[in-house]
Amino acid sequence: MAMELWYKLVDLLPFEWAEPGKMLFMKNALLAVLLLAPIFGILGTMVVNRQMAFFSDALGHGAFTGIVIGGLAGFMQPLWSAVIFSIVFSIGISLVHHRTKMSSDTIIGVFSSIAVAAGIFLATAGGKSFSRLNSYLVGSILSVTPSEIGIIAVMLVMVVVFWLVFFNRLLFASISEVLARSRGIRTFWLETLFSAAIAVLVTVSMSWIGLLVINSFLVLPAAAARNIAGSQKQYHAIAVSISLFSGVAGLIASYYTETAAGATIVLITAIIFFATLFMRRLRA
Amino acid sequence: MKHEGSMTCVCEGQGGLCCTRIENLGVRIGDVTILRDVNLHVHCGEFTAIIGPNGAGKTTLLKAILGEVRHTGHLSFVRSTGIAKERPVIGYVPQSLDLDPTSPTSVLDLYAVCRSRSPVWFHIPRRVEQRAKECLDRAEAGHLLRKRLGALSGGELQRVLLALALDPVPELLLLDEPVSGIDQNGLEMFYNLLSDIRRNYDLSIIMVSHDLDLVARHADRLVLLNGTVLASGTPREVLESESFRKVFAGVR
Repeated sequence: MAMELWYKLVDLLPFEWAEPGKMLFMKNALLAVLLLAPIFGILGTMVVNRQMAFFSDALGHGAFTGIVIGGLAGFMQPLWSAVIFSIVFSIGISLVHHRTKMSSDTIIGVFSSIAVAAGIFLATAGGKSFSRLNSYLVGSILSVTPSEIGIIAVMLVMVVVFWLVFFNRLLFASISEVLARSRGIRTFWLETLFSAAIAVLVTVSMSWIGLLVINSFLVLPAAAARNIAGSQKQYHAIAVSISLFSGVAGLIASYYTETAAGATIVLITAIIFFATLFMRRLRA
Repeated sequence: MKHEGSMTCVCEGQGGLCCTRIENLGVRIGDVTILRDVNLHVHCGEFTAIIGPNGAGKTTLLKAILGEVRHTGHLSFVRSTGIAKERPVIGYVPQSLDLDPTSPTSVLDLYAVCRSRSPVWFHIPRRVEQRAKECLDRAEAGHLLRKRLGALSGGELQRVLLALALDPVPELLLLDEPVSGIDQNGLEMFYNLLSDIRRNYDLSIIMVSHDLDLVARHADRLVLLNGTVLASGTPREVLESESFRKVFAGVR
């Protein structure tokens, strides 16, 4: 029902693929990107605030292992087992980091490589070929189905609600953990919840954006916005705008250049990042 | 026990004074004893400065009071009504923030995440902004409202953090002074502010300090800490004590 309405809307666009009844996969992908981009933009702001870029990268690797394990165990939907696995993985990293004095760099490096190694080991066990998993590495947004778009819409609503309720506390904890705790904020659970949200997002969207570039799509819009924003409100507005713009522009460009959409989107965010970096230099 | 006079102090809320009591506080991290047998009574309306060499456990003492590090011994707070309670309302001014200097977080953002529920990425209501301005004005930082935290000087940031620590007015104000990064004018201004606050509010102030000259002029009491309390009393008493000479031999 909703999809019919969406197709009618897209039919108004002046692109050859937008003609009525043609290339529904492209129209599905466009809607998926419009819903996914704000999620990445919003959550990315805090990933950069908390200097967690390396951490979120590791979560992607954990998610990959999860998908392999899910596939092995013969679930109909390896995705759901992967979601559970990456949540456990993210909590595992947080706990080890919390309990030891090792630098987070080292811990994440250790966990990240173990996850990838275990994933490849399990995927190739018994002489199987790895190539069937290539789609997860590169990603294909054109394969998104209307029911998956429904999942993305639900995720977007959940992230916005999460952000409305918990953002202040998360930001406070990222500014000064001790100060936040002295005001009664339970920082550990908050951080764990946030990591789990990133884990779910990365796992669910890996097959569309591609494991190899997904972390850049999370980090780059926020990193670019940071160059020119003067407050959290501007930071969010700019990050989400950049994310939306490069998502849509990247998808449409990839249609004409016949390249993988995920990588094309990331390259466009990268161009914007360097442009804002230049703007910052000009102002300074 | 080497502390002087603290056990005889009136600390039962008489005369409308509130008081923070620290008894036999000890902190061990792993095999290392950082603090032992620390006894302190801090009265409201009093500015107590903690001095001591590097590694004396000054910051650890503040963190123990905050409940950040596990400690032995007893902490209690007696209100001016005479009612004792476990945890006072604490205002805390940290030594520094965890944030990187390019962060797009304004002073107003910091105030709002601390004191308001409306999500700052979405909307900061007028009245929150108004309150932020009033709060910052108390520490002569009202003009910094729109500035990014990373763009503030050391002294400006310290005043912003002080303003925040005073909202709501705490019963115990803990300050961990940065070792460096604040110019002499900024320091002077900050100590004057603290003196005013002590006069105008019913609270006790405990400050870890690195500037002996300023502390000597502004604090009511000095505590010389090095693993435990070596001396405590008026600035004059402490600065002229034998322990002070031993600890700071060659410094002054």
